[in-house]
Amino acid sequence: MDEQTRAYRDPMSRVAMRQLLWLGALGAAGLIVLMVALAWASSITGGGSGAGRATDFDTKTITLVLVQEPPQLDSTRATDQVSILILGHIMEGLIRYDASNRLVPGVAERWDIRSDGATFWLREDARWSDGRPVTAHDFAFAWRTIVDPANASEYAFILYYLKNAEAINAGKMSPEALGVRAVSDRVLEVEFERPVGFFDKLVAFAVYFPVREDFYLSRNGRYGTDAEDLVYNGPFMMTRWVHGAHVRLEKNPNYWNRDTVQLNVIDMPYVTSDTTAIVNLFKDGSVVSATLGAEQLDDAMKLRWNIGRYSDGSVFYIDFNFRPERITSNLHLRRALQYVNDSSELVNKVIALPGYQPAVSLFPAWLTGVEGPFRQEYPPPVVTPDLATARQHLELAKRDLGVAEIPPLVLLTGDAPIANKQAEYVQNLFARALGIEIRIDKQIFKQRLDKMTSGDFDMVAAGWGPDFADPLTYGDLYASWNGNNRGKYNNPALDAQVRIAQNSLDPRTRMDAFGEIQRILIEDAVHLPNYERGLVYVQDPRLKGVVHRAVGTDPDYSQAYLVENP
Amino acid sequence: MLTYTLKRLLQGIVTVWFIATATFVAMHAVPGDPLANERATTEQIRRNLEQRYGLDRPVSEQYVVYLEGMLRGDFGISFTQENRRVNDIIRENFPVSATLGILAVTYAALGGILFGALTALFRNRLPDLVIMFLVILGISVPSFVVAALSQLALVDMNAFLGFSLLPVAGWGTLRHMIVPSMVLGLGTMAYLARLMRSSMLEITNSDFIRTARAKGLPPARIFLKHQLRNAILPVVTVLGPAIAAITTGGFVVELVFAIPGLGRSFVEAVQQLDYTVIMGTTVFYGGFLVSMVIVVDLLYGWIDPRVRLE
Amino acid sequence: MSVALRFSAADFEPVATERTLQAASRPSLSYWQDTWRRLKQNRRASASLGTVVALGALAVAGPWVWRVDPSAQDVDQISQAPAWPPSALIVEPYTAWGGVTAEPTQPGDVVTDVRLAEPATTQAVRLVWEPVIGAAGYVVYRSVYDPAPDRALGLPVGEMVGANRASFEDRLDLEPRRYWYSVVVMDGSRAERETYAALVVDAVRTVSAEDAESRGWAQNAGALEPGDRIDLPYHPLGTDYLGRDLFARLMYGARVSLFIGVVAPLLFVLVGIVWGSAAGFMGGRADQLLMRFADFVIALPFLLFVILFKIAFGIGPGESGVFPMLVALVLLGWPSTARLVRGQILQVRQEGYVSASQLLGARTSYLVFRHMIPQTMGVILVTLTFAVPSAIFTEAFLSFIGMGVAPPTPSWGSMANEGIRTMLSHPHELLFPAVIISVTVLAFNLLGDGLRDALDVRMRGRE
Repeated sequence: MDEQTRAYRDPMSRVAMRQLLWLGALGAAGLIVLMVALAWASSITGGGSGAGRATDFDTKTITLVLVQEPPQLDSTRATDQVSILILGHIMEGLIRYDASNRLVPGVAERWDIRSDGATFWLREDARWSDGRPVTAHDFAFAWRTIVDPANASEYAFILYYLKNAEAINAGKMSPEALGVRAVSDRVLEVEFERPVGFFDKLVAFAVYFPVREDFYLSRNGRYGTDAEDLVYNGPFMMTRWVHGAHVRLEKNPNYWNRDTVQLNVIDMPYVTSDTTAIVNLFKDGSVVSATLGAEQLDDAMKLRWNIGRYSDGSVFYIDFNFRPERITSNLHLRRALQYVNDSSELVNKVIALPGYQPAVSLFPAWLTGVEGPFRQEYPPPVVTPDLATARQHLELAKRDLGVAEIPPLVLLTGDAPIANKQAEYVQNLFARALGIEIRIDKQIFKQRLDKMTSGDFDMVAAGWGPDFADPLTYGDLYASWNGNNRGKYNNPALDAQVRIAQNSLDPRTRMDAFGEIQRILIEDAVHLPNYERGLVYVQDPRLKGVVHRAVGTDPDYSQAYLVENP
Repeated sequence: MLTYTLKRLLQGIVTVWFIATATFVAMHAVPGDPLANERATTEQIRRNLEQRYGLDRPVSEQYVVYLEGMLRGDFGISFTQENRRVNDIIRENFPVSATLGILAVTYAALGGILFGALTALFRNRLPDLVIMFLVILGISVPSFVVAALSQLALVDMNAFLGFSLLPVAGWGTLRHMIVPSMVLGLGTMAYLARLMRSSMLEITNSDFIRTARAKGLPPARIFLKHQLRNAILPVVTVLGPAIAAITTGGFVVELVFAIPGLGRSFVEAVQQLDYTVIMGTTVFYGGFLVSMVIVVDLLYGWIDPRVRLE
Repeated sequence: MSVALRFSAADFEPVATERTLQAASRPSLSYWQDTWRRLKQNRRASASLGTVVALGALAVAGPWVWRVDPSAQDVDQISQAPAWPPSALIVEPYTAWGGVTAEPTQPGDVVTDVRLAEPATTQAVRLVWEPVIGAAGYVVYRSVYDPAPDRALGLPVGEMVGANRASFEDRLDLEPRRYWYSVVVMDGSRAERETYAALVVDAVRTVSAEDAESRGWAQNAGALEPGDRIDLPYHPLGTDYLGRDLFARLMYGARVSLFIGVVAPLLFVLVGIVWGSAAGFMGGRADQLLMRFADFVIALPFLLFVILFKIAFGIGPGESGVFPMLVALVLLGWPSTARLVRGQILQVRQEGYVSASQLLGARTSYLVFRHMIPQTMGVILVTLTFAVPSAIFTEAFLSFIGMGVAPPTPSWGSMANEGIRTMLSHPHELLFPAVIISVTVLAFNLLGDGLRDALDVRMRGRE
């Protein structure tokens, strides 16, 4: 049959081939026409523009990748990292951080912080991008808007240090009653609810940025939604915002400190969270920096890149559920797990990223105490991994709970790769060392939050990044009234210390309180510290002057500059 | 023909309504609080947030409100990207996905039909084996691997050439469209090639072709008018849903190549439980899919006159 | 002239029936016997059938042969490529090191006399140096390539604040290989000097006796003395990013992937066939209704419904949601098959023999099962063979976002997912799962090809 068909079909095949080739050529031509038409169409509808190279010395431009689309840029409602990063470049608050991370004057020339309040004197030449002066009224309006419950700001709690702020936010008083007043265009008076000695550090946070009332109202509720819905008083202005695709910042000619700003354009024409794609863009010379994951380190060394690292200030740990019906509320069980937990092995062998440090306490290493580093002045109690002690505690726990074997525990975690590694490592560790079965409950963001709030977990992998540069941003996490205390840990002794830290003005008293909190957290095995996060990155050697911080705008390009030949 | 089209359109609207309802129910049945965030909020703020998004009303009322909005063409405001209307989000992201999708489907259809026909012609000979091997490779390698590898290949190619011939990521010009759409269309191309091949083989062996040859019809006409035309039918059937699937399924490609498309927005919306975006995109997608199916069915009737459209 | 016909009684004997007729025709075969025979003859198809059976055997019986726990983490052999097992030197257990401080005596731009405080092992590398006056601190870099001549120092593994800090202990991901350590002086504003002091270090693989026992490499820690050598566990296909044996994971992964990858497509293709042929054959209103329902199902958001099913099935945390995934795949995946089958049926319905059979009184079910469906076999088989990898990858995606198998349960797709990240540095983690997926897909495809040829009614009765 084959013989027959072959001979039979040969003239057929030749013809068919020709026809197919014809069709193929026609199709290819059609395809090209289609592509050109589509490209033309997308440029008509204002799609993204072609991006340039990583740096351009002549136009003083750098190109970056945005990891995520900022939901909106209203400083009174911003909550996520990317928004705060951009806001830090386009707006400025009363006080800001300089390249050495010291607090220096921003819009305010000088200030005076007392036990009952503070006064800020604003500079004459602070201007918005449309030329109008930045006034004390802009700050008063912004802060009132934040605590106004109708605005539903999630960061309103950070203003609770101001008089009446909490009451206003609960709907009990009107926003006018907030303890802030624009005495004149240049003078801002603040009244405290209770003494807060570190108010200068608070005021540097993005939530405290100014918002101009007339502009805000003129946008009809769309303030911060698009580039034209914003007016800028910071080193840069946003000149282009194509959602999900492109953000472009250009130097603000009306910024009072414009002489220190050496870049003209920060262009961000790529929005993706895929780290491999970002590194590929860097390799291609399209962007000026990229964060490295553990898998890309070898490649980075082979390509002989300049690798830098910085700690991003956050701490990660495993929280327990202290609700009475949960096994993890038993101290001995927690101590057993604590004596097995080896954050060194986790960081050094499993995560294997240079930036990460094993965590030994809730308070990370970068915090300052009275004069020097907090952890040097108040060393945390050391818990060395010790299998024998752990097993002893395990026996005690079993006796307390009246069980022969500890039932399986649920570890709630997210879907980030490092969180996965951490969870699987912990699962294996506890099984191997103590014979305790850990079930990993991997949830995506909203579901995880839901379970955390409702207490549907035994342990949860959690972390906390600082909002301001004072230990209190970590210290009050386990206070019984704190909504972020998802495990519902309740210890009156710790609560008392938190109150001391909140209300006292004396630095030594406050730091002593934090030291005490640290001790309680470790001795009561309130959580298992895992690691302090740091990032390893590569950067184009032609770019210099980029500042990294644990708190505040990070990375900060406002003082960065380009060199032609590195 | 006209009455048939009208009837189908009407049915399409009903289908879309079903889709919207089912999605609404599913969305509200899934646990998770769309308003929850890393930092816990106070009672008052939560209540305000709920009011702002209309979540404080009973679910049935929310449904009615939503349907009303839909009839007016207003899909509401996104939960996560505050102040942005879902209509705006779709309006900005869909053209990008559509462009990507159209190109991908064109690649897939052209490549699939051509290669499938080729392999059927050269059955069991070298071209057949080579193409089939590539096809197997094409479908057994997951899309994220292909996307990652192709991006790497681009980087290496640009490095080798010394200048950036094709951009590694991003969107906006003609050059940005080439590689991502190829990657997106690869899987479908492999599938269509296989489908075409098996379909061609069956047709080639069938009676009416033998009759045509026996009648002495010119081979060219046989091939084009009979073999190809009949074999294409399954491909056309699949093409409708394939277009719709590609357009919103380009999540991986959009992520790796930093393309601001609807696929990415949709997956992120599901993860964030952004109700309005999920509903808006699903309804939009549903409408698009239904229209594609109608078009394909009409096309089917045109290609094969035996299929009487009732 | 008359001829006398002489008949005898013997002439009227009945002729004996011939038992053995000449075999002029083949024995009669039923449709299925014919199919099976042709399938066996097709060498490629038989080979692929054999492969499929082998994969199944691997999944079911494999773990009995290679008894390694797929979730056991061999932390010392993370991301190891397949190789003969290395050996480690037994040493004293790790004790914390206080470090060394020394008052700087000389000014300078670079530290001097960088040396090892003790032999370098994979437990720790301890460097000491002579500090200099004027330094605010020191940064230690580590690379696996020589930093000279372009100052490619590598990874910044440590930062010491204080002019008198004179030591550093490195414990980060140490492997038994050659490292170049460089120490750089840092000044007050955290800027670094250009010059650096380098040291070449060869780290030796070591482990303490207690660790060896706790990891299961040795039975009794007491029997081991510092100075002994001990072999690490053998991993024929290497290990993944947590040091888990890839071969064991592939076998266990086969169970999940093959189950989902075979059962789900079979089920939803079955549903699709029934639905599509019903629609195609009945036509009219019923057809419209059925097809519109199919459109409706296609448009539903898959992810949302997977989450829903997971809850409906009451899958708790940490349990593998294999059944909800299966249900979701089946319930949401049948429409495209239905459309294809319906299209084919519509075509076939017009054929002459269909009306002829109906006139002859054939029942509908007979027509559908004996005639129409075999006609659609080609299309169905292609869909089936494509559905297999598609199901495997969907499962990978779902497991990745927590809707599928819970860690540490492996599946081929999720292993491929994880392997992508280490694609450049440790390609074997991606290669092995990808290859086995490809082999499975290839086998199913060739089998499908062979089945289609075997089942093709038109080829029946021919060689």
